Amino acid sequence: MKTTEPPASLPVTKIDLPAGGKRPRRGSDGRVLNVFSHGVLVLWAVMVVLPLLWAVMTSFKDDRSIFGSPWSLPDRLHFGNWSRAWTQANMSDYFLNTVLVVGGSLIGTLVLGSMAAYVLARFDFPGNRFIYYLFVGGMSFPIMLALVPLFYVVNNMGLLNTLHGLILVYIAYSLPFTVFFLTAFFRTLPSSVAEAAFVDGASHSRTFFQIMLPMAKPGLISVGIFNFLGQWNQYMLPTVLNTDPDKRVLTQGLVQLAVSQGYKGDWSGLFAGLVMAMLPVLGAYIVFQRQVVQGLTAGALK
Amino acid sequence: MQHGKYRFIVGFLALPLGLYALFVVWPFIQSIYYSFTDWTGLSPEFKMVGLDNYRRMLDDQIFWKSLQHSLLFALLVPVVTIGFALFLSFMINVGGRRRKSGPVVSGVRGSSFYKIVYFFPQVLSIAIVALLFAFAYNPDSGAINSFLRGVGLDGVQPLWLGDPDLALWCVMAVLVWSTVGFFVVLFSAGMASIPADLYEAALLDGANRSTTFFRITLPLLWDTVQSGWVYMGILALGAESFAVVQIMTTGPGGPDYSTTVMVLYVYQRAFRDGQAAYATTIGVALLVVTLAFAAVVMRLGRRERLEY
Repeated sequence: MKTTEPPASLPVTKIDLPAGGKRPRRGSDGRVLNVFSHGVLVLWAVMVVLPLLWAVMTSFKDDRSIFGSPWSLPDRLHFGNWSRAWTQANMSDYFLNTVLVVGGSLIGTLVLGSMAAYVLARFDFPGNRFIYYLFVGGMSFPIMLALVPLFYVVNNMGLLNTLHGLILVYIAYSLPFTVFFLTAFFRTLPSSVAEAAFVDGASHSRTFFQIMLPMAKPGLISVGIFNFLGQWNQYMLPTVLNTDPDKRVLTQGLVQLAVSQGYKGDWSGLFAGLVMAMLPVLGAYIVFQRQVVQGLTAGALK
Repeated sequence: MQHGKYRFIVGFLALPLGLYALFVVWPFIQSIYYSFTDWTGLSPEFKMVGLDNYRRMLDDQIFWKSLQHSLLFALLVPVVTIGFALFLSFMINVGGRRRKSGPVVSGVRGSSFYKIVYFFPQVLSIAIVALLFAFAYNPDSGAINSFLRGVGLDGVQPLWLGDPDLALWCVMAVLVWSTVGFFVVLFSAGMASIPADLYEAALLDGANRSTTFFRITLPLLWDTVQSGWVYMGILALGAESFAVVQIMTTGPGGPDYSTTVMVLYVYQRAFRDGQAAYATTIGVALLVVTLAFAAVVMRLGRRERLEY
């Protein structure tokens, strides 16, 4: 943005006045713009929704019409695709694996992340800043760099191809942002309550679990949603650390299915699986829309 | 507050810090060390080879290709995504028709509907999005070519992902598609906090809408734009581009390595070719590119902070 130099004061004052400073254009200007903007906005909405609708529609078609006429409506609703994907294509297993891994790592991330953040935010001790920046630094470096040695670390510990191994790694990689976000959050909480509890004889850990953690609930929800979506949608870590076909998570299982489809050719089942993986998150998003948006945008900004 | 303080601190930090050190920090340090060895990753033996891997990297045509593609990803994808998102969110928030006795600028009717819909791709896994578009791009039976046939463009049937000149653009377009909505929501939140009387004054003075965008909206939103740019660039260099390129252009990363990006090349060298040490060397190069990118954007985007 080289054209606009930093305005010294509020930018409004820099706008040139046209001769006479007349105002009649405003109404018509707004109307033309209104039509134009609605046009553009509707167009993009269609561009977003159409691929998703196409996937849903295709998941109800048989293989022949998927190839023959991709845009035609299904001749009838082939629910068989869905049941085939759920049972034969192992979608139910992938689903269960994903729920287990994400459930475990989400709880672990929130508990461990808030413990570390609480200590870093509210206690003075030598090395506090160093540990904080050690955590926060993890947000900016490419995971891929550490992935090769990580594979061997996990392998040496006998955690390769296990769900609990995946959980531990997910937690470790979620900690930088979680600690960063929650440290800022714990700093904003009033310290008088914690001090009062401590004077009354509560131990540090009791103060934390019974008083500070409930107070931090809004922050935990935001960072929890952020981590939930990130962990649910994770693809790179399981691809590298989890090659046992029985332990696959949803994203991984679907990609593997698509690759092996070259030989089996059950495209309709694959589309059904794809839609099965999309619908729960889309549904959850529509229901919890406000919290999701707040959680994710807070994630990007702070 | 001193009683048992250190025991408590150690107790609370030990587990998170230990896990983080073991799975993130330690592998990270190791990888820089391994880049000076000839480790294959297949056997535990290796020896130090000094800068051999780095010399080899400079002579590696595929490395230069992947670097070029990664830079394209880091520069072009965020610019297009953020530019388009700014345009859409300006439409959503300021494009509304003036209603009687309402504020001088207003959102279009249904602005919250647009924001909800645009955000859809953001909650989906990038892997699922990539799969979906891999089907849509299929030259024979995919949705896109069949749509082109449907509107009478029978002659226009590109190979999309199979065409070395097109594949990279197709992949980048998917990344743009999936991220625009996030920035629309982000920028809309920023625009909503700009006081309406700034627009009121500008429009009274005869400014048109595009002037108000460049003179009011953009300067006041600049901090958000900049952090969004860095965020998107790091994503486009790392995990996101890995998923789209690996899933959509299987095989060697596009016809004739035409879509290989640095992350994918690290992955292939390490886990396909058994060259763990060389892979970490490319990883170090990726780290340098990422840090340089963030530094350049922060530097270019530095301007006076505006308060309102």
